[in-house]
Amino acid sequence: MTKQIRQLDRVVIRFAGDSGDGMQLTGDRFTSETAQLGNDISTLPNFPAEIRAPAGTLPGVSSFQVHFADYDILTPGDAPNVLVAMNPAALKANLADLPRGADIIVNTDEFTRRNLAKVGYQTSPLDDDSLAGYVVHPVALTSMTVGALAAYEVSKKDAERSKNMFALGLLSWMYSRPYESTLRFLERKFAARPELVAANVAAFKAGWNFGETTEDFAVRYEVKPAKMHPGTYRNITGNAALSLGLVAAGVRSGLPVFLGAYPITPASDILHELSKHKRFGVLTMQAEDEIAAVGAALGASYGGSLGVTTTSGPGVALKSETISLAVALELPLVIVDVQRAGPSTGMPTKTEQADLNMALYGRHGEAPVAVIAPKSPSDCFFAALEAARIALTYRTPVILLSDNYVANGSEPWLLPDVESLPDLRVEFATRPNGEDGTTFLPYLRDPETLARPWAIPGTPGLEHRIGGLEKADKTGDISYDPANHDFMVRTRAARIETIPVPDIEVEDPDGDARVLVLGWGSTYGPIGAACRGVRQRGLSIAQAHLRHLAPMPANLGEVLRSYDKVVIPEMNLGQLAHVIRARYLVDAISYNQVRGLPFTAAELETTLEEVLKNV
Amino acid sequence: MSEPVALKLTAKDFKSDQEVRWCPGCGDYAILAAIQQFMPELNIPRERTVFVSGIGCSSRFPYYMNTYGMHSIHGRAPAIATGLSVSRPDLSVWVVTGDGDALSIGGNHLIHALRRNVNLKILLFNNRIYGLTKGQYSPTSEVGKVTKSTPAGSADAPFNPLSLALGAEASFVGRTIDSDRKHLQSVLRAAAEHEGSAFVEIYQNCNIFNDGAFDQLKDPSTRDDYLIRLEHGQPITFGADGRFCVVHPPGAFGLEVRETASVRPEEIVVHDATVTDPAYAFALSRLPGLDLRNTPIGVFRSVDRPSYDSVVQGQLAAAKATVTETPEQQLAGLLGSGDTWTIL
Repeated sequence: MTKQIRQLDRVVIRFAGDSGDGMQLTGDRFTSETAQLGNDISTLPNFPAEIRAPAGTLPGVSSFQVHFADYDILTPGDAPNVLVAMNPAALKANLADLPRGADIIVNTDEFTRRNLAKVGYQTSPLDDDSLAGYVVHPVALTSMTVGALAAYEVSKKDAERSKNMFALGLLSWMYSRPYESTLRFLERKFAARPELVAANVAAFKAGWNFGETTEDFAVRYEVKPAKMHPGTYRNITGNAALSLGLVAAGVRSGLPVFLGAYPITPASDILHELSKHKRFGVLTMQAEDEIAAVGAALGASYGGSLGVTTTSGPGVALKSETISLAVALELPLVIVDVQRAGPSTGMPTKTEQADLNMALYGRHGEAPVAVIAPKSPSDCFFAALEAARIALTYRTPVILLSDNYVANGSEPWLLPDVESLPDLRVEFATRPNGEDGTTFLPYLRDPETLARPWAIPGTPGLEHRIGGLEKADKTGDISYDPANHDFMVRTRAARIETIPVPDIEVEDPDGDARVLVLGWGSTYGPIGAACRGVRQRGLSIAQAHLRHLAPMPANLGEVLRSYDKVVIPEMNLGQLAHVIRARYLVDAISYNQVRGLPFTAAELETTLEEVLKNV
Repeated sequence: MSEPVALKLTAKDFKSDQEVRWCPGCGDYAILAAIQQFMPELNIPRERTVFVSGIGCSSRFPYYMNTYGMHSIHGRAPAIATGLSVSRPDLSVWVVTGDGDALSIGGNHLIHALRRNVNLKILLFNNRIYGLTKGQYSPTSEVGKVTKSTPAGSADAPFNPLSLALGAEASFVGRTIDSDRKHLQSVLRAAAEHEGSAFVEIYQNCNIFNDGAFDQLKDPSTRDDYLIRLEHGQPITFGADGRFCVVHPPGAFGLEVRETASVRPEEIVVHDATVTDPAYAFALSRLPGLDLRNTPIGVFRSVDRPSYDSVVQGQLAAAKATVTETPEQQLAGLLGSGDTWTIL
């Protein structure tokens, strides 16, 4: 039968199921197909910390949301237009996020009395009228998959496990996705077991054909490619982009990259990714603990590598003493904090940006470091390069504040031309720098950068000792002199404060905004989408986003003071707002949420409109 | 490889311009002098030698050596030195630490450095007391030790550093004494020649807070009856005229000391540091009691095992050997890998 084809400009789909149902993989494949088509994309994985929470329960629900459009988008979308619910738990956990009229595709095979009871359904929501406001598509996903694979030499269990490919096939049909990349992916993934390649491909095609033949799906949709800058793109997560940025920093500096890391959610993927790039001279070490991870990285930096350590908040707390040592030693060091909801173990797979205070202040003594934060998944690549640039040029620890939202979320990335990436080459000290021509002064500074010479072991004639004890200016000898300590403390502060960083840019298309929204890190997308919404209603609002949190852009105070009101939305209780109030005496309005999830554009939009009413 | 050029360095070349600031009479002076005198014979250029330390009296050591050096933070020297050593296999990296630094706050890094067999020479100055913080008991102090923090006597049992190192899979374990320069240098020589982690415990006297802790091993009237000088390939006998010996009694798990006259010569254990099973060196490490009787010194264990550094560098070299492009070309290839699409 011929199906009607309807054009849409944007769609949000959420795949939800048990953590063993393969929802992350399904979402990932759908995203890849969508990227091939040329839509703009933004994704949001959301999964429990438990690897296999009890099957069929609410805590075990794992989901993957993908937003795609024929124009440029900034967020994974507030509310799904389509929910794929693989079991009753997935329906119950996600229903509240659905607007009325949304499509719900349910796997009816899992709606058994037992599974319904597990999540507290007295009667099946498919049988009563509780879903009356939605368009429900009951599909026997499991049994149809098993039926489609009857002729294949796979166990019943393997056949059942292929139901996610049936679902993917159905959704790929519904939204007219090109599926060649998924077939190639299955061939790669199951290369060692050809029977599974055949079964998964068959399940995918069964799902596609089901869409084409069943009368339940009368309409097929198309979302045209977005207008994007010409060039070659790939879809990329923040953790992958950050890893590639570190590899690129090694190439552009000509230095070996040394990563010391201890496994921790949600940063471990950076360790996994970098361990694959030995041919670039990237040396990865899985250390015995967080402290050893940063210690080894600092030791490698001392020896002339670009030392990097990657972790999340609890790990940064453990590394704090070593970061202070790096401040005293004035050696390059990049510390990546992929923030997650805290305190303590908190919610390890959920996002938050509450480590800003720790990054800025969480050390003993006066121990300033540079702090930067990426604003989107692909920006993690450039943030990693920028962190390396500051660390290498100014011989300082740099904390890079990513978070779970940008780390695991993905978006299309216009691949940069390698030659256009910053030149990060540095010069090691090779000869004595004292006036007598024979003495080496390890703390004699470059007058412009205030950086001290990087004299690596193996360099003849520059043998010297460094350490955590206070050092005399220039000579680096141990010193308890009061005036020298005062001088060194102020110099270390000035070293960071005078690093030149780009001015902050304000986006105010109407040019007459009186309210500025200031953000940092991963809130860029939701804030940008909210500002667009506000402007579409004919109101003016300005947006500025901080990438450098220490030091801050030189023009920031001037920019803040030129607006009647400044609103600072953060996924914490107002950490940046405190800094802004203290530094610039600006009466900023702090808007906060700490729910482990990114802001939705809609709630931000409401908040901003409230502020605008009172200007 | 061609024969290295003799550098003709002397002890003086290894002395830095910094004033040594240990308490007068500290055992650390003797160790420093012995090491400065010993370093030239390694014929390693000063710039390729690095001393890394933690915190404590012994950890001031790098300031006094005219090599590269880092005085780091409490307990972390093995971790920092690991990063340096594995990324710079051309360097000779030494860790100087103490009983509190290595066995208390830094215990985790010590055992993992030994387990990995990182190419580090780890010198643990054991004075059985916290000196720099002015006299608290340490993890090697005897039970019941009365100190400022334990006026009623310490309640916890000490570590035996060599037993700990052997349990952590150390490939080289030795012990020596601050006051015996010749012996100290002989153990350091063996440690320096060892590929991988070499762990050397040096009994060191703190004349301020724990004076005389090792006197029985130094006093001419007792030392011969207390000390067992291990020599590879030699039967283990000690005391005046070798009147004591070490045997492995049938059915016993460990080694025991007997009067030599009471056993047949073939029953006396012949020392072999290359025994693969660490149980032998462990049994040696258990011979002395807290009264220091039957204290073996020398090289307990020295076995061949690939160093972490060589394995890691081998993996890097193998990966790099496949590369035919420039780093920029490689990077462009990496960035463009996976599913890509082009917009015209």
